[in-house]
Amino acid sequence: MAQQAGAGRRYIRAFVSGFFVAVPVTVTVLDRFAYVARVEGASMQPSLNPEGNVTGSDVVLLNRWSVRNYQVRRGDIVSVLSPKNPQQKIIKRVIALEGDFIKTLGYKNRYLRVPDGHFWIEGDHHGHSLDSNSFGPVSLGLVHGRASHIIWPPNRWQRIEPSLPPERKPLLNWHGDTTEEED
Amino acid sequence: MKRCNDVCCVCVGGEMFRSALGKTLGFVGYTIQYGCIAHCAFEYIGEFVACSGPSMEPTITSHDVVFSERLSRHLCRIENGDIVIAKSPFDPHMNVCKRVIGLEGDKVCTSGPSDIFKTHQYVPKGHVWLEGDNLRNSTDSRSYGPVPYALIRGRVCLKLWPLHHVGALNQSPTGRVVKRSD
Repeated sequence: MAQQAGAGRRYIRAFVSGFFVAVPVTVTVLDRFAYVARVEGASMQPSLNPEGNVTGSDVVLLNRWSVRNYQVRRGDIVSVLSPKNPQQKIIKRVIALEGDFIKTLGYKNRYLRVPDGHFWIEGDHHGHSLDSNSFGPVSLGLVHGRASHIIWPPNRWQRIEPSLPPERKPLLNWHGDTTEEED
Repeated sequence: MKRCNDVCCVCVGGEMFRSALGKTLGFVGYTIQYGCIAHCAFEYIGEFVACSGPSMEPTITSHDVVFSERLSRHLCRIENGDIVIAKSPFDPHMNVCKRVIGLEGDKVCTSGPSDIFKTHQYVPKGHVWLEGDNLRNSTDSRSYGPVPYALIRGRVCLKLWPLHHVGALNQSPTGRVVKRSD
């Protein structure tokens, strides 16, 4: 009887110590390194969810380690905490970084210089996307992760390469780094 | 006989190597475990912040240490009059410490206290209006506009240093906080 109680106590202790290892490690990995999220909505068609909700939505891997210093490139697909609703995350493509001059699509200013510490994001599906054209440039502090892979459905498994639509290139960069505009 | 000795030596060496490896692995495991626990505590419970700059005088002066709790930010319980630590909208590497003057939908005064013409603005959805207590020497929402709620990192709830001021923080001395009827 006493032996049984001892075994039970040992079992509980093992469970508690395992719990205190597994939960913090999981939370830290999800917060610091990578995160898996389901993409909802049609705003990133055709890059993500190409067939709408017919075959189910895509699942992407969000790399949080690569945005720890708030470094994003033009053309990356990033997830951003929505400036309109702090509970919601939105997934969009980075169009312009700080200092770029761009032509907006339906924002209150037709041409705009992206302010310091901000970037301009747009969905690939123009007109069906709630993006910077409605709420303006987004602060870099709101960036949450960079979508690096599509992991579901399996036949669409691929790495996401940064690609900027040619007609959405920034018109001019204030800081004068022309290396990216040369090609 | 000699040969046997040699074998024993190799055997002991292997044992030592194995125990050293085990100790190293155990040490790495404990480091990871406590690092993760520390990350969770700082991310979801609270953190200690050393403030610098004049913008929150006289409530918080330069070199004060405060405790900022993260829970009310995650539960969306930030209220008017709270002092918050937020990421600066123009430089995400920098944090600012300001007082929440108005939440979304509140009508706030966007002009300084000495301006002749008062201008007012409604705070847009998902944003907050932040101002320092030292209105003359503070870069805040009056210059850069409303700040997204998601940039808030935590609510300052305790002052820990200097020792003769330990405890809760004072109410706003400027009287600019929007009072909510509900």
